[in-house]
Amino acid sequence: MQLTLWTYEGPPHVGAMRVATAMDDLHYVLHAPQGDTYADLLFTMIERLPKRPPVTYTTFQARDLGADTAALFKDAARDAYERFQPQAMIVGASCTAELIQDDPGGLARALALPIPVVPLELPAYQRKENWGAAETFYHLVRALAGPQAPAAGSEPKARPADRRPLCNILGPSALGFRHRDDVEEITRLLARLGVDVHVVAPLGARPADLARLGEADFNVVLYPEVAGTAASWLERSFKQPRTKTVPIGVGATRDFIAEVAGLAELDPAPLLDEMQSRLPWYSRSVDSTYLTGKRVFIFGDATHSVAVARVADEELGFEVVGLGTYSREFAREVRAAAANYDVEPLITDDYLEVEAKIAELQPEMVLGTQMERHIAKRLGIPCAVISAPVHVQDFPARYSPQMGFEGANVLFDTLVHPLMMGLEEHLLGMFREDFEFHDQAGPSHLGKAVKAAPETPETAEPTAAESAVSWSGDAESELRKIPFFVRGKARRNTERFAQDRGLALITVETLYDAKAHFGR
Amino acid sequence: MPELAATSADLPVAGCVEPKVLRERGQREVFCGLTGIVWLHRQIQDAFFLVVGSRTCAHLIQSAAGVMIFAEPRFATAIIDERDLAGLADMNAELDRVVGRLLERRPDIRLLFLVGSCPSEVIKLDLSRAAERLNGIHAPGVRVLNYSGSGIETTFTQGEDTCLASLVPVLPQEPQDAEPSLLVVGTLADVVQDQFIRLFDQLGIGPVRFLPPRRSTELPPVGPQTRFLLAQPFLAETGRALEERGAQHLVAPFPFGAEGTALWLHAAAEAWGTDEALFRSVTAAGRERAGRALEKHRAELADKQIFFFPDSQLEVPLARFLSRECGMRLVEVGTPYLHRRHLASELGLLPSDTAFSEGQDVEKQLDRCRAAAPDLIVCGLGLANPLEAEGFATKWAIELVFTPIHGFEQAGDLAELFARPLRRRDRIAV
Repeated sequence: MQLTLWTYEGPPHVGAMRVATAMDDLHYVLHAPQGDTYADLLFTMIERLPKRPPVTYTTFQARDLGADTAALFKDAARDAYERFQPQAMIVGASCTAELIQDDPGGLARALALPIPVVPLELPAYQRKENWGAAETFYHLVRALAGPQAPAAGSEPKARPADRRPLCNILGPSALGFRHRDDVEEITRLLARLGVDVHVVAPLGARPADLARLGEADFNVVLYPEVAGTAASWLERSFKQPRTKTVPIGVGATRDFIAEVAGLAELDPAPLLDEMQSRLPWYSRSVDSTYLTGKRVFIFGDATHSVAVARVADEELGFEVVGLGTYSREFAREVRAAAANYDVEPLITDDYLEVEAKIAELQPEMVLGTQMERHIAKRLGIPCAVISAPVHVQDFPARYSPQMGFEGANVLFDTLVHPLMMGLEEHLLGMFREDFEFHDQAGPSHLGKAVKAAPETPETAEPTAAESAVSWSGDAESELRKIPFFVRGKARRNTERFAQDRGLALITVETLYDAKAHFGR
Repeated sequence: MPELAATSADLPVAGCVEPKVLRERGQREVFCGLTGIVWLHRQIQDAFFLVVGSRTCAHLIQSAAGVMIFAEPRFATAIIDERDLAGLADMNAELDRVVGRLLERRPDIRLLFLVGSCPSEVIKLDLSRAAERLNGIHAPGVRVLNYSGSGIETTFTQGEDTCLASLVPVLPQEPQDAEPSLLVVGTLADVVQDQFIRLFDQLGIGPVRFLPPRRSTELPPVGPQTRFLLAQPFLAETGRALEERGAQHLVAPFPFGAEGTALWLHAAAEAWGTDEALFRSVTAAGRERAGRALEKHRAELADKQIFFFPDSQLEVPLARFLSRECGMRLVEVGTPYLHRRHLASELGLLPSDTAFSEGQDVEKQLDRCRAAAPDLIVCGLGLANPLEAEGFATKWAIELVFTPIHGFEQAGDLAELFARPLRRRDRIAV
């Protein structure tokens, strides 16, 4: 049993809904109790989709449990087929229906519907949303494309000389973080490279399109969380290679172009020679000096966390002080990335643990999800949202991809916006007594009302460990002159410095000795 | 426009005594009772709601709350995992551990609700025994109660009903020589509570107490001298539990609009023997202001057709308000559950040919709705945008639970909630 205030991912059947809702002419019959229809509002309200998710819920209640819930499922599946006439159907159970063990797959088979019906086993008490999406997509691809698979051991067909290279784009789903715009950006990028897109799936695909996946030369995997399993199966069954690079950031986009060009046997040089993003120049512009070495904590799904860490480190000159993910399935990738920055990876879906880590690390900025936005707000740290779980704000009206060169432009703006501009930050450090320009005043361009400075001197911030050392009054007030966003770290470093040297009292001298020792 | 009743003496005799009800079973597009936690945890300020359930439960509450609007919520979920189900972990020991961790983190909590869910009920996890055991550990600092918010037992607002019903047995007994007191039952906005307190005071009715209280340490006493008014139509269980403790239910229409509020107050006035002339003079100003506030919206709403999908059980009283005070025409009044006794005086005020539906088969109801092509549809969040995209004007029902809509002073606001979607369509030119 796990105490959960907020959950990063929904249950696995919500992942299945993300696949079903992204597609056309597919219907999902879900054995579920009354109330599970709440999931519809994720799509109609958060993503503002103009149509209902293509999901029929059996809606059983307590009085049905003693009766025949299996019959309820069969009726719902039959009615759904007759009403919606889908090309294919997926059937499964939500967490409660899993407990009553009605076997939706077997019941649906007994109906002998004249369309492919794909049963889903999504264990709700072990797995979560992204895994559910990946599993659903994989089973759909397998069921629908499988019959077209070449015989084992046969040679892959060579591309006809008169046809441009053809790829599928795999992974974009409903309720995805900027998926809609990423697909547009990457499709454009591929076209400029000379690659045509055969099928985009699941977003916008029909079951019949999944049956055609094998006709492409290779697969572009934008979101491994959703498409990884299916892409591996396609690789095995159709000898279709897949991309490994997720094109978020300038460097990764260039790597992606090189990788795709390799798979498509094209020359990437002409496209790489164009200067396509403003990010490199903006990062080199002198006013961005204030970004250099800013301590950032990064948390999100594995794909976005790892990619944004690279952008933060290589493209903005931030210092990555923490990196983590709630995607346990991708812990290995995140661990490898964390090793690059010499930080300990945080692999957890426990919001309280993430909160404690941020409080401990005292970063100057948090790049996270909507949950970290709350944590950062409480701790007074600037924050930008870089990953799902999504919020209505993560579906902006404007074109706003994360991927490709335009995505890099968007990321520059996103990551810089919450910060105080360089000179403003310096002034804050220099004139700390100003009544309207103090720790509690936010960046002026964010237009928050200026709160009056608190009149009482602040109480000592909690220290990480009970320490034997104490602070002299002078040292304590000197510490308060350090900007608030690095004060916690200064306090801890100084205490550690004093403890290591067996000092019982921290004076102003100790404070500056420690500053010289740790440097920055 | 019908002549509005100012007291029960003015009530029409006819109305909808034998309602025509279409009973439907099928897919229900409604929330489960866990959703009530979203407002209850703000109402009782030292209470914490711990759902014992699945990831779906946790996901529902944070999604229904508009996704994470409260930085430090007073609710959480103890998520059952496969180790619990496989018997590898003792679920009761696990629950004790989770509760211990929670109370350590929130020492300000005085009342803890263990909230049952679909999974906890299907596996028959006995939360009442767990509450008893935890009371033994954490009393007297913290009181532990339990109720069901599961979808297999409760629909949306029924979660408030089961929550309040769980409080009734622990309400203190009123003293032997207690004078008559009034208990107002159901969550109300602060501002509305204050307005009602002033009115009851002027009517000479009191002492007046509220359930739920703002703090768990202020539980109102109950007993044979207690008369209670339901402020919400979805409190069947709580009403019954209060009656079992000897309290007397003052049956009345619900306090929506000028007429509903007047009749609701009048039920208390009758019980206290308040002079009729005093009652009319005390309520005159409020009724008059409500009438004036409604005037603005009536022009937009009159003769428009409205269709209710089932949601909060507020549908019948709201239909009465919209039909009698705003001149709207009722196409279908869908409600999750039609409580004939609590709604008797509401039904009497509705047109005799009103079409009701109870329960839901959402696809069939959508067919009926599209065929009727009403001017305004009241429905849940899963249906609203798709219907807007089809060209219908909608009012999302959950807002009616989250907005102060009771009483004379809010009658205009209530009408405005229905007028705004229509006005928006008139204004937007793209």
